[in-house]
Amino acid sequence: MSLYSQTLTELAVGLENGEFSSVELTQALLDRIAVHNDKLNAFITVTAEQALATAARADAARSAGNAGVLNGLPILHKDIFCTRGVKTSCGSKMLDNFVSPYDATVVERLADAGAVVLGKTNMDEFAMGSSCETSYYGPVRNPWNLDCSPGGSSGGSSAAVAARLAPAATGTDTGGSIRQPAALTGTVGLKPTYGRVSRYGMVAFASSLDQAGVITRSAEDAARMLGVMAGFDERDSTSIDTPVPDYIASLGDSISGLRVGVVRQHFDEGLDEQCGARVKDAIAVLESLGATTVEVDLPNLDLSVPTYYVVAPAECSSNLSRFDGVRFGYRAEGAVDLLDLYCRSRGEGFGDEVKRRIMTGTYVLSAGYYDAYYLKAQQVRQLISDDFKKAFVDVDVIAGPTAPTPAFKLGEKVDDPITMYLNDIYTIGANLAGLPGISVPCGFVNDLPVGLHLVGTHFGEETLLRCAHQYQLQTDWHLACPQGFA
Amino acid sequence: MSLDKDQVQHIATLARLKLSAEECAESVEKLSRIVEFVAQLSQADTQGVLPMAHPLETAQRLRADAVIEVNERDRYQENAAEVSDGLYLVPKVLD
Repeated sequence: MSLYSQTLTELAVGLENGEFSSVELTQALLDRIAVHNDKLNAFITVTAEQALATAARADAARSAGNAGVLNGLPILHKDIFCTRGVKTSCGSKMLDNFVSPYDATVVERLADAGAVVLGKTNMDEFAMGSSCETSYYGPVRNPWNLDCSPGGSSGGSSAAVAARLAPAATGTDTGGSIRQPAALTGTVGLKPTYGRVSRYGMVAFASSLDQAGVITRSAEDAARMLGVMAGFDERDSTSIDTPVPDYIASLGDSISGLRVGVVRQHFDEGLDEQCGARVKDAIAVLESLGATTVEVDLPNLDLSVPTYYVVAPAECSSNLSRFDGVRFGYRAEGAVDLLDLYCRSRGEGFGDEVKRRIMTGTYVLSAGYYDAYYLKAQQVRQLISDDFKKAFVDVDVIAGPTAPTPAFKLGEKVDDPITMYLNDIYTIGANLAGLPGISVPCGFVNDLPVGLHLVGTHFGEETLLRCAHQYQLQTDWHLACPQGFA
Repeated sequence: MSLDKDQVQHIATLARLKLSAEECAESVEKLSRIVEFVAQLSQADTQGVLPMAHPLETAQRLRADAVIEVNERDRYQENAAEVSDGLYLVPKVLD
C-alpha cells in the first residue's frame, strides 16, 4: 500500500519494522502536497526544510533506540498553534507577519513525541467561520468536490487529511470547528473535554469554549494523538489536572451494553433527510454491536446557537483587544495619533467576519445591554449544560448528526451569517457544556461524506473513541478516498 | 431590535475599529440581524438560574505569584513594528 494512504497507526508499524524511513515518508508526503495543494489551498505554510531535518533526527533517534511514541510520523498543525520560528497567521492579515517566538504546549508535546510537522493549515480567520471562506489566504476546497467547502474553521486540516496529504492534523473547536469539517470531509474529528488539552500558545478566540483536538482518518489514530496532546499544563489556567488514560488500550473492548442517547430534536426539521437516514443507519450499527438506544430530550437545544453567538463574540471582543498594531501583528501606515493607530490597524488588519464578531461582542457587553444579552446567555448556557447532565443520567453517549447537511458550495452561505451559524447547531452544545465530542464518517449523500456525532461525559474520551473504533471495525466509510486523490 | 448607523459607529469606536462608509452600512444590516437572532434568548425562563462561570463546575486554579519565565524581551520585540532601546514606539501621545 502506498505510504500516503496509510493511517498513522499503520505508518508507525512500518517505521518500527524499518520498511521505510521517516525521511522517505516525509519526502513522499511533501511531494504529494506539492502536487495536490494548489487544488485545495489547505496550507498557509509548508515547512519542508524543517520537516526533513526533524525526520532525519527521528530516524537517528530510532536507530539509537530513543523513538518517541509518534517518532517520525508526519502531522500538520492548524495555523492557530504558535510554532517557534514559523509564521503563525491564524488565517488573518493581522498576523500575516507574525513569527511566533515560542511553541504552543500542543506543538511542544507532539514534537517531544517525535512527530514531524509538514506545515501549517489554512483556516477561517481567527477560527471564526464554518467554511474556511473567511481566511485571508483564500478559501479551502473540499477534496470530495472542489466546488464545495471543507467546513471550518479547521478546514485546511480536514481537507489535507481527507486528501491523504498527511495522516493527522491538529485543530481547534470552539463551536464545532473540528467536528463539522471532519464530517464534511469524511474524516474523524475529536474535540476533547474543555481543559483536557492545554490552550497555551493557541491563539485565543473564546477562552471558555476553545479546545484543541485532532483530525485523523481513524478513531485509533485520534486516540494515539490525544494520548500525546492531553494532560495538565500549568501554563493554562483552565487546564485540568486529571490523569490521562491509555486511550488505545480500551479501544478493543466491546460496546455491548453501552447506552446510546438519541435526541428527538436532532431529527426534526433542519436536518437533511438523507443525512438523517445515514446517521440512523450508523446508530443501528451500534445497536447491532450490543448498544442500547434511549430517547433523550435536550429541550433547550434551539437556544444553543443564539447563546453561543453572545458568549463567543463577547469573549472574542475581549481576547482580540490585544491586537493593537504596537507589540505584534499588522500596523497601519500614516496614523495621526495613538487612537487612530489602534483603529486603523484593527480596521485594516481584521476581516469582515472577525470585525462583525468583535462588534457583536462589544455590543452585548456594553452598558445597558450586559444583563439582557451576556448575563442571560450565561444563564441559558447553564440550562443547556443541565439538560446534558440530566440526559447523561440515562445514557453513556449521545449520538446524532454532526452537521445538518453535507458539504455546501463555496459562496453559498458566506453572505448570510445566520445561515452559516446554524451549521453548528448540533455541535455547539458540547462546547457550551465543556463536553467531548467526536465526528465519525458514516456514509455519503450525493457523493459527499456525512458524519455521525457522538458526545460523551466530561473526560469520557475513552468511551467515545472506543465506540467510534468499534463502529469503524464494522464499517469502511472512513477508508473511502476522494476521487483524484487516490 | 435593529441597530442604526449611529449605534454601529459607537460600537465600532468602543471596539477600536475604523470602518469605511460601506462597511458601516453593511454592519448596520448584518449586526441588526445577529442582534435580532440572539434576542430569542429573552424567551428562556432563567428565573433563579445562576449564570455559568465555568463549564466544568470548578474554580479557576491559582498559582504562586512567582517569576517563572526568563526575560526574552528582544526576541519578543522582533515582531513589533517599531522599537527603540527596548521600548515600543507609537505616535506621539503628548505634545
